[in-house]
Amino acid sequence: MTDSRVLDVEIHEDRHSENMMINMGPQHPSTHGVLRLVLELDGEEVLKCWPDIGFLHRAKEKIGETLSWHQFIPYTDRLDYLAPLANNVAYALACEKLMDIKAPPRAEAIRVICAELARISAHLLGLGAYAMDLGAMTMFLWTFREREEIYTLIERICGARFTTSYTRIGGVERDLPDDFFPKLEKFVKNFPDRVDEYEGMLSSNKIWHVRTKDVGVISKELALGLGLTGPNLRGSGIDYDTRKAHPYSGYEKYEFDVPIGSVGDCYDRYLCRIEEMRQSTRILAQVLDTIPSGPYMNREGEEQLKQVLPDKEKVLTNMEALIHQFMVATDSISAPEGEVYFAHENPKGELGFFLRSKGDLHADRLRIRGPSFANLQVLEEIVPGHMVSDVMAILGSIDFVMGECDR
Amino acid sequence: MSFSEEPLLYIGVNLAKIIIVTHVVLVVCAYAVLAERKVSAWMQDRVGPNRVGYFGLLQPIADALKFFFKEDIVPGHVNKALFVLAPAIALMPSLIVLAVIPIAPPVVVMGHTVPMVIADLDIGILFLFAISSLAVYGVVLAGWASNSKYPLLGGVRASAQMISYELMLGLSVVGIFMATGTLRLMDIVNLQVDGVWNCFYHPIAFIIFVIAAFAETNRLPFDLPEAETELVAGYHTEYGSMKFAMFFIGEYAAMFGFSALVAVLFLGGWDIPFMSSETFASLGNWGAVVGFISFMTKVLAFMFLYIWVRWTIPRFRYDQLMNLGWKVLLPIALVNVIITGLFNLPKGS
Repeated sequence: MTDSRVLDVEIHEDRHSENMMINMGPQHPSTHGVLRLVLELDGEEVLKCWPDIGFLHRAKEKIGETLSWHQFIPYTDRLDYLAPLANNVAYALACEKLMDIKAPPRAEAIRVICAELARISAHLLGLGAYAMDLGAMTMFLWTFREREEIYTLIERICGARFTTSYTRIGGVERDLPDDFFPKLEKFVKNFPDRVDEYEGMLSSNKIWHVRTKDVGVISKELALGLGLTGPNLRGSGIDYDTRKAHPYSGYEKYEFDVPIGSVGDCYDRYLCRIEEMRQSTRILAQVLDTIPSGPYMNREGEEQLKQVLPDKEKVLTNMEALIHQFMVATDSISAPEGEVYFAHENPKGELGFFLRSKGDLHADRLRIRGPSFANLQVLEEIVPGHMVSDVMAILGSIDFVMGECDR
Repeated sequence: MSFSEEPLLYIGVNLAKIIIVTHVVLVVCAYAVLAERKVSAWMQDRVGPNRVGYFGLLQPIADALKFFFKEDIVPGHVNKALFVLAPAIALMPSLIVLAVIPIAPPVVVMGHTVPMVIADLDIGILFLFAISSLAVYGVVLAGWASNSKYPLLGGVRASAQMISYELMLGLSVVGIFMATGTLRLMDIVNLQVDGVWNCFYHPIAFIIFVIAAFAETNRLPFDLPEAETELVAGYHTEYGSMKFAMFFIGEYAAMFGFSALVAVLFLGGWDIPFMSSETFASLGNWGAVVGFISFMTKVLAFMFLYIWVRWTIPRFRYDQLMNLGWKVLLPIALVNVIITGLFNLPKGS
């Protein structure tokens, strides 16, 4: 076959067949992004499902091998484009693990704020799109109301609302402004009421229950076997959260619960996300109380100084710092030889960066483990046997984002 | 006044009534679309249309112009005759049913008493059900003639859904006929004006009728034939420009028709609580005006309920919809008929 994009399925164009082959996506309203599903239908029942991915492939991993360590940060924004801040944090932590740099406590706390804000924002969109696919359009706009507040907060953090590129190796790009904290405090105070509002709209709705309960059940074995992570894994009843299992960036200091589902159906996954938003708010409140003062970038020691960007104030006034900035920005920094894997608990699941360095200014191999990629594998297993309408419930509850699935 | 006595006057008055009712309904439909957008915006913390005219009041005209100026595309793979016919079939029944709906007490013009209904049929309600069940042909033919997969699925869903719920609709009102002994809508309203509204006499029938009305008009939570997140746009996926607009108007006209039917059958038509037919008659023609305002208030309130529900709850699944219809509503409706029959036994014997 000359066209490598042709889906590897045997589509019987049998004119006498009772079954209907239907192409759902890549431009279907509820295969958000560019997911394509080929479904074989018997009436309304799905007999077979072939997920087809790759429409958004941008060769990010290959690009990562040609760019310097710092230059790849903007590319991470566009992985899970619903939570760019979390991707930035994950990549910076992976690089720091490779280069053996530790971010100062204040930077760690700031990164926790970033990751949790990103988690809330991504879960909000996931919930809104999920409800909208099942017909509850108003939920979508309600969640966007809160996402708007989060975007305004993110704008205060780094100036950009969407493509943040906020973290740097060794810390973050700039300190949080003073007026950010009261704003975040206000958000943390108001947000739990909003979550109650969503629950009032959905959790107490009989139609929502019949549409999601016992639909798309993922068993524990299946979840583990296909490498599911994040709320999809926890919805199936497996207690695994990278923040608890391998604490990083000071997560061990904060008190929070990891919600676990019992059945593994669409409703459990919905409940997990709702509860995770509450827990993220709880973490944010704790960070607000305990955030230490101090530097936001690790600039201690001679060796260290060669690796990280200098203070902007000094760059503008000090000759040495200017040269240093120039060197780091253009010539880049070299990482020691070796390879690391770092897993970050992203909103959608475990976002892993595998970095291998041969001591160059760029990665020898940069491999991204996107949670959506693993999560979408489950479709082929659980969709058959359901009705067409259930496909929407399953897609919504899996909460995928093609940016990181296709990379 | 009858045709045999004064044929010219009779035809003139009826033509006037037809023209007025059709235009009033079409304008109400256009503004119902605006109301839908405004109410949904209000529920979702948005502003809604506000660019065309003050408060967006000219938006319906802008929409209509847009539909008219769009290119009229007929895809190459469709069954042309049925494809063009389907939107008309979908729209016409919703307008025809308005013919038998009484909208106000009679008015007296130049010594003639004119009933405020286009056709005061003895079998009004049967006529109404017969005509409104034709609307499903529009949807099914649109889905079939499009010769495309998503519309076909929508059309199949529509045929099953609308035919099933037609049954509940019919059964729910049987009780009213048993109690009132008439199929004439004018009589049903007059009985309510001097008595108690039917929604208090037949609460179960009222609830079933309202649910079935939602299903018949393809509105959430029963909008499966056009479920936009499942079937792209369902039966009207292949339609554009004015043909799409006719489906659109048809949906809102059907909403209006069913709202009017709910008002007439269950909410006392033009009745205002504590006003009898003598009170209306003593007011003369002003009684008709007051009655019409009361009737329209009920219709619009029910249309608001349509909009309110649409923007609040999710949609049912196909099999759940069928289960609800056949396993829940149908038995309840049958039991309701029996109970109503028992209550009305003494009257009959």
